[in-house]
Amino acid sequence: MAECHPVGFQWVMEAKARGAKVIHVDPRFTRTSALADVHVPLRAGTDIAFLGGIVNHVLQHDRYFRDYIVAYTNAPFVLREDFRDTEDLDGVFSGFDPDGRTYDNSSWQYEGLEVQAASGERDQEYGRRVESSRSRSEAARGESHGSGGAVLSAGEPERDETLRHPRCVFQVLKRHYARYTPEMVERVCGVPPDLFRQVCELIAGNSGRDRTTAFAYAVGWTQHTVGVQYIRAAAVLQSLLGNIGRPGGGILALRGHASIQGSTDIPTLFNLLPGYIPMPHAHQDEDLDTFVQAEATRKGYWAEMRSYLVSLLKAYWGPAATAENDFCFDYLPRLTGSHSTYETVTAQIEGRCKGYFLLGENPAVGSANARMQRLGMANLDWLVVRDFSLIESATWWKDGPEIDTGEMRTEDIGTEVFFLPAAAHTEKDGSFTNTQRMLQWHHQAVEPPGDTRSDLWFTYHLGRIIREKLAASTDPMDRPLLDLTWDYPTKGETDEPDAEAVLAEINGYDAHGDPLTSYQQLKDDGSTACGCWIYCGVHADGVNQAARRKPGKEQNWVAAEWGWAWPANRRILYNRASADPDGRPWSERKALVWWDEEKERWTGHDVPDFAPDKPPHHRPPDGATGVAALSGTDAFIMQADGKAWLYVPTGISDGPLPTHYEPQDSPFPNLLHSQQRNPVRQLLPPHPDNRYQPSGHDPGSEVFPYVTTTYRLTEHHTAGGMSRWQPYLAELQPEFFCEVSPELAAQRGLEHTGWATIVSARGVVEARVLVTDRMVPLTVDGRRIHQIGLPYHWGPNGYSTGDAANELTHMALDPNTHIQESKAMACDIRAGRRPRGRNAVDLVLAYRARAGIDDGTGTEI
Amino acid sequence: MTQHDGPPPGRAERHLLYGERPDVAGAAGYTDPPPRMGFFTDTSVCIGCKACEVACKEWNAVPEDGLEFTGMSYDNTQGLGADTWRHVAFVEQREQLGGQEPGVAHAGTDVFEAARRLGTSPSSPGPGATTPAPVAPDGRTELRWLMSSDVCKHCTHAACLDVCPTGSLFRTEFGTVVVQKDICNGCGYCVPACPYGVIDQRPDDGRVWKCTLCYDRLGVGMEPACAKACPTESIQFGPLEELRERAAARVARLHAAGVTDARLYGESPDDGVGGDGAFFLLLDEPEVYGLPPDPVVTTRDLPSMWRHAGAAAVTLAACAAVCFVKGTR
Repeated sequence: MAECHPVGFQWVMEAKARGAKVIHVDPRFTRTSALADVHVPLRAGTDIAFLGGIVNHVLQHDRYFRDYIVAYTNAPFVLREDFRDTEDLDGVFSGFDPDGRTYDNSSWQYEGLEVQAASGERDQEYGRRVESSRSRSEAARGESHGSGGAVLSAGEPERDETLRHPRCVFQVLKRHYARYTPEMVERVCGVPPDLFRQVCELIAGNSGRDRTTAFAYAVGWTQHTVGVQYIRAAAVLQSLLGNIGRPGGGILALRGHASIQGSTDIPTLFNLLPGYIPMPHAHQDEDLDTFVQAEATRKGYWAEMRSYLVSLLKAYWGPAATAENDFCFDYLPRLTGSHSTYETVTAQIEGRCKGYFLLGENPAVGSANARMQRLGMANLDWLVVRDFSLIESATWWKDGPEIDTGEMRTEDIGTEVFFLPAAAHTEKDGSFTNTQRMLQWHHQAVEPPGDTRSDLWFTYHLGRIIREKLAASTDPMDRPLLDLTWDYPTKGETDEPDAEAVLAEINGYDAHGDPLTSYQQLKDDGSTACGCWIYCGVHADGVNQAARRKPGKEQNWVAAEWGWAWPANRRILYNRASADPDGRPWSERKALVWWDEEKERWTGHDVPDFAPDKPPHHRPPDGATGVAALSGTDAFIMQADGKAWLYVPTGISDGPLPTHYEPQDSPFPNLLHSQQRNPVRQLLPPHPDNRYQPSGHDPGSEVFPYVTTTYRLTEHHTAGGMSRWQPYLAELQPEFFCEVSPELAAQRGLEHTGWATIVSARGVVEARVLVTDRMVPLTVDGRRIHQIGLPYHWGPNGYSTGDAANELTHMALDPNTHIQESKAMACDIRAGRRPRGRNAVDLVLAYRARAGIDDGTGTEI
Repeated sequence: MTQHDGPPPGRAERHLLYGERPDVAGAAGYTDPPPRMGFFTDTSVCIGCKACEVACKEWNAVPEDGLEFTGMSYDNTQGLGADTWRHVAFVEQREQLGGQEPGVAHAGTDVFEAARRLGTSPSSPGPGATTPAPVAPDGRTELRWLMSSDVCKHCTHAACLDVCPTGSLFRTEFGTVVVQKDICNGCGYCVPACPYGVIDQRPDDGRVWKCTLCYDRLGVGMEPACAKACPTESIQFGPLEELRERAAARVARLHAAGVTDARLYGESPDDGVGGDGAFFLLLDEPEVYGLPPDPVVTTRDLPSMWRHAGAAAVTLAACAAVCFVKGTR
């Protein structure tokens, strides 16, 4: 965190000054470790084993927060009889389909109640949910998992508050993690048992009524073929310890750029609409009602999905969206599968994707398997790059690595490349949404120089010009574009759209055009419009709430008047859980919100995340749905059952409980199961430039004996577009380097500040060598393992240059998020510089031959 | 400054180039100057982000200083110079594993007992109170990564200023030492005069450059760029007297937490430069950070050197005279 979020780390330092203990778990000793109380080096790619070990410690030593988990989690819920755990089936859960490499999750559900997920793969439930309706059974086709099975249940799930029922979630969890002992953690992760127990006790001892522990993570957890399950493992642990919905608790996703949170809230993702409303899949004859029936929850605030969606459609298409035409629901594009970055690259290579916009993105060095990225771009009709500098993604066609090796010739490349200079954040108005879901407005300081323009300017005027060109069209395909509300006021010489007008549209307005103040005002009859329901209120009373900057010392510690946090300016989500089931704070020290008996309302330091007048002992009437179905202790109001999920009955593609699997490429076998890798990890169609490596005991695995991880340095930003061209930053870390331990340097004859060549089945790079004690060899399963650190900022362009670490990475993905596994892989390292030209290609081919790699290697289930 | 805290009467006058001098600006001729301003750099909370280096260069338009991969941990800046006015040192040591407040992790501390206390006592224990014993994989038990942002010390007795023949270097009303780039003639006398090796010439025209403590910002009530950019308050800016009090309290707190190695550097008015306007809290010997252990203002001995030189001259003249007398005989 000190490395990549130094400004946010000031709060860690402040907590530390007030007595907080900081534990840093990372394969490397970083600037964060230097300030931490405990640093735990572990083998990259083994965090589920590590976290599972802590879960086991908490369960075995009764360190969980019993009152909390009985009231607020699904620990007491009883599972169906046909559920089978990975412990029963040697590494897979029940419902596994080895041919389709998918799970049918019907056996994961609760006994007596089928629930829908609040996020994630909600389409999993499509078949079951829609088939039960009267008229839409044929829509049960598609990629939904299974069919028939449970019908929409209005019943209460079976619960055992003693937590003793053998099929209750608590007991299932206990059995699932029973083998994650300190000894197993040592064998898998390379963490000595003493150090491990110390971490367990620090965390468990700092949780409970009086104290809370927070977890912060970044892409070191997400970029794995089991990335979502890493986060899930932390969620299980934090829920068991009662650290969710309470001050000083939580799981903080440190995002990779300013406003990455914002770009998932109002997404740049293919499978989400604003506010985490799922993008519809291509089901036959699906209309608005069918969609809502399939995707919404029966209970909780997601039951109001229709209001959120209709208001969004009104924001998009204004007067054209009417009740008669389903509010233009048919104008929304439909998903026909995964359309993630990596599928897009595959589609480019196969010639199905013809055009590509890159806005502040540099995949030629920043995305996994950089070579595949360039091959894709070389097969386009057109490519638009908007950035500050001529990044590698804009110039690969004349000076990329494939030109050097002779594999590509500029004159053979048909892609027409447009480079458009982009304005920096200081040159435009807009907002950043940080990991706390807080929007902070930034005002333009200077005019963008020359031809540089904001992304808002580009998008608005591109849309305007396309609409002008299509104005006379009678093709129904063009109606969605022509009917868009696309009338933002512009200002200045460059006709820059007014960013605050966009914010006002996102906030939404009622039938009179007055700004809304809360998402609870949204209606499903078309009388309200709202561009993102969770942001509703950010422009309440016509005031830009995100631009508030009242200093912390002039308000209470929650500082509610600094910026604006979604939803409804709540700073801590699910904060009903900060009070006990009776509505009293768990402790005075950790009081946040509570039930005021006299006023019969929820009150406190933060905005209560609960119906303000629903008493703690409220029990919903039979047959209630939506918000009315939430009881006074259903603190997790977005969840279909109102509870934090220790166990996930639906919405996740690769299992209800996090299980340790080895990374796609690993020098080690899976010590917990014979199932080596995540059985449903996403593998793209085989391509000669995206080969995988043999793992574990497979022959050829020894050719790539070292574990490698990629990461960022404080001095540079991601793929370097914002930093490598800046002399003041470039001089601080002037070259691509690899970090190795003195032991590995001795073993491989690597010279400090000399050169090393690093090879995987995908590519070869050279890096300067930094020999450091901060890299420590680990003993994993009795074997000494060395890890190599590779910062991934560099490429051949700019002021500070070097090879791109992503030449080595592959495109095996997490099945939920479709993110690449760039944080744990295997490679070889040797002294000296890499070969040039054709010889570089030959070296990689020779490695592949030595390891016996073909198109099937590593693609086993 | 009260009479009580003041120097012995006449002392400053007795030795202008050495010893205590509480009122540097006054001594430089300012009447009723503002309090002396300075930096307290607390290296125990430095996270090595180098924001100070970049902010300094941005504000002062200091040129880039060369792209060189040094292999000196994460320090590719190497040292202060004409084109580097803030420099973050990175020191990897085989010392106590873990934090820069290694705390009471000495033998005899029961970590698990401490951890248990942590869970049951609502009152927060002080820093370092439960710092765990060092445990690391594979027998490597000791690793410490020190980071420290160095800067011009703005000495009480600034030799650079004293030797400057053009008056380019001057003492500001804030007690800081600043080069006037339009007056400097590039003679370079100040370069060897600095006991810390801070001030430096640019090769193109030979003029010297160093930290101004953002004199232009101070004048309008702003803090220096480096202090403004520091995310962890490792660089603190303020009236020197206040900073010294704050620093003393911080050292006492670290000592109480068992960090007995914590010490101040450049804080004492008794040292060889009469105390620094920019002083430091270090966790190890100054040499470890590349700082001279006992800096002395190079002009300290100037008066006695003159006396010696004078005596030598007299002696020489006497000898010559004697020789002449003898020779004529």
